[in-house]
Parts: sequence; C-alpha cells; structure tokens
Amino acid sequence: MYKILEKVDYSDDVYMQVIEAPAVAKAAQAGQFIVLRINEEGERIPLTIADFDRDKGTVTIVVQAVGKSTRHLQTLGAGDEIANFIGPLGIPSEIENFGTVVCAGGGVGVAPIYPIARELKKAGNKVISIVAARTRNLLLWEDKMNDVSDEVIVTTDDGSYGRKCLVTEPLKELCETGGVDLIYAIGPGIMMKFCCKTTEPYNVKTLVSLNSIMVDGTGMCGACRVSVGGETRFVCVDGPEFDGHQVNFDELMARQRQYLEQEKIANDLYMECRGDATCLT
Amino acid sequence: MSDVDKNKGEKKVKKTSIPRTPIPEQSPKERAKNFEEVALGYTRDQALIEASRCLQCKKPKCVAGCPVGIDIPAFIQALADDDPAAAIAKLKETTSFPAVCGRVCPQEDQCEKLCILGRKHEPVAIGRLERYAADREAQNGEGARPEKAPKKGKHVGVVGSGPAGVTAAGELAKMGYGVTIYEALHKPGGVLVYGIPEFRLPKTIVQRECEYVESLGVEIKLDYVIGRTMTIDQMLENGHDAVFLANGAGLPSFLNIPGENFNGVYSANEFLTRANLMKAYRFPDYDTPIKVGKRVAVIGGGNVAMDAARTALRLGAEVHLIYRRSMEELPARKEEVHHAQEEGIEFHLLTNPVRIKGDQDGWVEEIEVIKMELGEPDAGGRRRPIPIEGSETMIPIDTVIVAVGTRANPLLTKSTKGLELNKWGNIVADEHTLQTSKEGVFAGGDIVTGAATVILAMGAGKIAARSIGRYLQGQPLLTPEEEEELKAAAEKAGVAAR
Repeated sequence: MYKILEKVDYSDDVYMQVIEAPAVAKAAQAGQFIVLRINEEGERIPLTIADFDRDKGTVTIVVQAVGKSTRHLQTLGAGDEIANFIGPLGIPSEIENFGTVVCAGGGVGVAPIYPIARELKKAGNKVISIVAARTRNLLLWEDKMNDVSDEVIVTTDDGSYGRKCLVTEPLKELCETGGVDLIYAIGPGIMMKFCCKTTEPYNVKTLVSLNSIMVDGTGMCGACRVSVGGETRFVCVDGPEFDGHQVNFDELMARQRQYLEQEKIANDLYMECRGDATCLT
Repeated sequence: MSDVDKNKGEKKVKKTSIPRTPIPEQSPKERAKNFEEVALGYTRDQALIEASRCLQCKKPKCVAGCPVGIDIPAFIQALADDDPAAAIAKLKETTSFPAVCGRVCPQEDQCEKLCILGRKHEPVAIGRLERYAADREAQNGEGARPEKAPKKGKHVGVVGSGPAGVTAAGELAKMGYGVTIYEALHKPGGVLVYGIPEFRLPKTIVQRECEYVESLGVEIKLDYVIGRTMTIDQMLENGHDAVFLANGAGLPSFLNIPGENFNGVYSANEFLTRANLMKAYRFPDYDTPIKVGKRVAVIGGGNVAMDAARTALRLGAEVHLIYRRSMEELPARKEEVHHAQEEGIEFHLLTNPVRIKGDQDGWVEEIEVIKMELGEPDAGGRRRPIPIEGSETMIPIDTVIVAVGTRANPLLTKSTKGLELNKWGNIVADEHTLQTSKEGVFAGGDIVTGAATVILAMGAGKIAARSIGRYLQGQPLLTPEEEEELKAAAEKAGVAAR
C-alpha cells in the first residue's frame, strides 16, 4: 500500500496528491510517468510525474477528474492509502543545454512540464514558459513555473487572467521572433496537435508527451500504440515523449475515445452511489 | 506356453486393458457462458483407477520427457496406494507448481508421449494425476513443505515472478539462499495471471503456488520494474550476490498490415491482460473495461490465440479464428483446439489477413482476408503458406485480436550495460548453465528462448538455480561429469548430423 501524504484541490475537478513511494522517487526523472491502482477492483491509470522528492521519498501527481477512477481518487486525502504505485516508467526527458527552450503547458499539462522546465533551467537553458488554461481557476502552478523560468506567459481562453488567447498565439510569436531551439508542448491531445501545427512551418523541434490508454505500462500490452512518422510505436516504452511533428494526433485522439461508452457506465454508477459505499455491493 | 505364463499374460492384459480415464468436463454449451474451469478434475475413484494403469517401468521413459524431471512412476505409485500426501511430497521435490503443470503442460508432447503404455494403448494420464495430487493437497489445507538447507548467507535477486522466476526462487530458497523476486505487475505469477485464462487455470491456484514459494522464505516485491525502479547494476550493488533474469518475452508483435491501429484491434496480450489480470469480464464490478462487440476475429493458431478466442466467446461474441496454415500445422495443443471447436469457435484455415478496414470514427469495420495454399517447407520445416491471388474476401467484424507472438521487451535489456543480446533482442545465455555475458547475471525462460511453454520456463528456472548455487559457492557451473555428458551428446549429435 502507498500512503497519500498531502492532497490539495486546485478546483472542483483538478487536484494534487503527494504519494509516499520511496523506490519510485529515488529513480524518478523528469518526463517519466507512473501507473497507479486505487484498490483491488481498480484499473491501472497512467499519470505523468509532476514532481518528486528523492530525500522525502515522495512523488507528486496532478490529476483531472474525468471518470470514475479519477473521481474516486479525488475523494482520498492525507493518510489514505492506494493499492499500487508503479514507476518510474517511460524514457526520461533528454536534458542538455539546447539554448532557448519554450515550455508550453495546457491545463493539467503544466504539471508534468514543470520538472522538465526545472531540469532544463538547471542545465543552463533559457526557459520561456507558457502557462495556459481555459479559465483563471483552472490555471495551474504559475508560481512554480515562475521559479524555474526566465519568462512566463500566461494565457486563458476566456481572458479571465493573463492574455486572452490560445496557447498557440504566443507560441507563434516566439517562433516568429526566432532564436527558439526547442519546444516542449504538453497538454490535451488537441492542444498538442495545434501547438505542433503552429511550430512546424518554423522548423523548430517540438516534443510532446503523449497520454494514451495503457494497461501495464511496461510494453506488454500495446494498448498505447501510436503512429509516429508512419511507424507504430509504444508510448510506454518508446516514449512518452515524441517528436510532435511526426505524431498522428488524430489517431491518438481516436484511440483515447475507445472506452467512452464504458467510462460513462462506470462513472454514472459511481456518481449515483457517491458517498454510499454499500450501494454497489 | 505353460499355465503360469498364460496367467501372467492374462494379468498383463488386464492392466493394459483398462482404458484411460476421461476427465469430467463442463459441457461446451454451459462453459461457453462462464469463466469456470473447463476440466473438473478426477474424483478419488477415478484417480485410483488411472494411477493403477501405470506399468511402473524399471527404466521409465516418461521422466526423460519431463523438462523438470519429475519422478513420475513414484508419485503415481503413491496415488495408486491412495496416499496423495506422499504423491505431492514426491512432486514437490522437483516442481514448485504441480497444480499449474497438471493443467497447462503439453503432456501429449512430453511425458505422456513417451509412456510405454501409449505405444499400443493410450498413455497414462500423467498430467491429470499430477493435478489431482495438487488439488487434494489444496483441499486438505496444510501442504507438504520440503526441508530447507541451512542458511548460506548469500542473496539472489530474481526478475519476474512467472514460471521461470518462481521455480528458480523456490529451488534457491530450498538450498538456503535468501531470495527476493521483483515483479513489475501488481500480482505475482507472470503469464499465469495475465495470460492464461481463469477457465484453464484458476487464479486462486496461481496465488496458492506463489504463497507456497513465499512459505519457503522467498520475498516477492510487487510493483517493481527492474530496468526502471532499479537497474540490474543497482541490484548487484545493493545486496544481491547474483541475479536471475526471467522477465518473459513481453512485447506483442503485430501483423504490419494497414488498419492495425483502428479502435477495436487488440494484441492478444492486451485482451487477455484486461480479462485475466484486471478481471474486465466482471466490468463494471471491476473498473477495467473490455470491448468485444458481436463478431470477433482472432489472428493466429497458437495456445494464446485459442485462449483469446475462447475468452471472447465467453464475453458473448461470435468468434472467427483466422490461421494461415492448415489444421496440421496449427501449433496449439490438440486439447485446446478440440475445446475451442466444441465451444463453437469458427476456424478459417489457410486464410491470412490482408488489411483491416475502419469507419470514419476510427473503429474496425471489416477485415480483408486472402486464401492460402501450402508450398515448400520453410527453414523450420513447416510448409510455407502462399497467397492465392484473387481470393480476397471481406469479413464484417467488430473486434480483431492479434495473436501472432511476442518479441523481446527492450525495457530491461536497454537499461543494462554488458548484457549480450541476439539479433531479436533476446538475452544470450549459455544453453547448459544460463550464464549471460554479465558477471553474476543469469537468464532463462522466454526472454532467452522467445515465447515457449510454462514447463520449459520452469526447466530453465531449475537450471538457473543449480548454476547460481554453484556460482555462489565458487564452483564450476558444470561438473566434470556433466561436461563429459555434454561432450558425448554433442559428438553423437554431430555424427547424426553428418
């Protein structure tokens, strides 16, 4: 069992948890992910690592509640335990001094980009971060990104905070100005797709971190396969980071919708029974 | 012929005239709708009769056919004496997994194939008797436990809790070594829990066999991905005097035909893992979903293809199995094929998929197949299938399950320096000692051989334990006698080859 040491709700459905997992924390590097399972009946959920503390033996995750499992996880707080916490998985981000790097995070995608930005900064890069969200109260970790960036641009779709625009607008401007050596874009599939479309004409390498459906997360099942440059790759062992200009995002997003029907069944059942543990048994 | 001789002859005829005892099974109609075990196991009376058929050969051939060398006549004699406790004790001298082997070993190609009785009659049902002995022990609760050697003060790390890893761990613990198994998944058992379905091998049995190994003093650490959570070098630096790599084959192969990434296309590994390990067949009581639709195509002809097909059937689908060669070359166990046919799986033999067609939303709609004919034998001796031009047809389908084998998982090997791999990415290990190119590291099972059987992996586990024991004692990995034997065998094979 793995203990939750801290839990913070950032909004109604976005939350942060700090999990005690010394072995995972010890080996964790920026860009990697974990797989967790809440209980015996639970499914295995892959989540990108948002932060880790090797000394304290903790790993931080930031989650958006979208279905039964993530809603259930949100009800757990400090002192509660989850059944399994496996990792770190995937290939770590390649960190070196590239020059100037733009880190664009959308929604909860800001969390996994944070350790990458931090390591890039440590390696001597000039880090320009774009922190984007639909609206002000969904905006994450502006302060933490400030700590590890030379410059932070904040955007919201509705203009409730920062610039009123999509993440792609400042990204395009930065590409126009020139001098950008590498771009990281992490967020929902659609956001990454359009970030890559934006940067492609400027020929600036754009890395994305894919969040496909997985079961084991160690290469065994192939559920996470995605077409990259016309070849099938496994996100769990070949990724999760890929050259975004090569990724078939439409296929990725179609594959993410594979279980919508079942997800709805599970979620409806869960919502009906919320707060009543005996309801389902 | 004297009267005495005549009597002797008659007596012999009597023993051999007992027919092989059939095993009670759930009816095909009934079992097609549930995940309960297909074969129900012998009753005490049935086991007594079947055990009495054994000729108790002085030089038993069957033992040579067993990859782990179980003393088959001895355990069967104990059963004939109605002493299942003695039978299980005998079995556990050599195997840690009798309840598993009794169910999933291909006995027809191993021990039972060599049974003398089988030359003129039907062989003794060795597998079913093994299962009976193990199941009786489970019913009685308290199990037999072999004696442990005094503690040797050295520690071995084992990667993977499948048949190879658990066998090696059990053997090493019995020798007196400390053993820790590192398992990547959240349950121990490897392919026995994620791959083989409940109806062929109930998971409570795997759990029990793993608990038995733990009772020998083996520690099983779950959620531990060697190569990620910890590297092999870190294992060697942190208290492990030797390491045994038994992490399995892993990565599923696909066909490399158009349309394989449409929604509704599964690898058999994914489909079976969802159903078995994650219990998706009990969704929504269990959270993991699985989608079968009305019509399922399973590609492949091995045991995994049969398992996937029969699982899809139990989830309510009409199942079409597509295999490119003929029934004769079909690699699955006869018993599995027979069961699958009985349950109503439709076999499309000499048929090969060409492409998968999807709809606008990215879901599988149809699979295009082509008829095949058999040509000249290939390097492996099996006749090569050749497509018959113009014979393409479309089969409407909701789900495709690809069961065409696995390739080596690079996760562990890529993170390890100094470990020699072959061109397919499998670890290179000495055939007789399982020693790898890396000091103190041994490897066995599917990660070395490519996908094979449970019992071969267990055999590798036994060899690994022997080698590691000798390595830790500073002895040569093979005794002079074993060297001689191997040399003689190699010379013999060389002469035969010439």
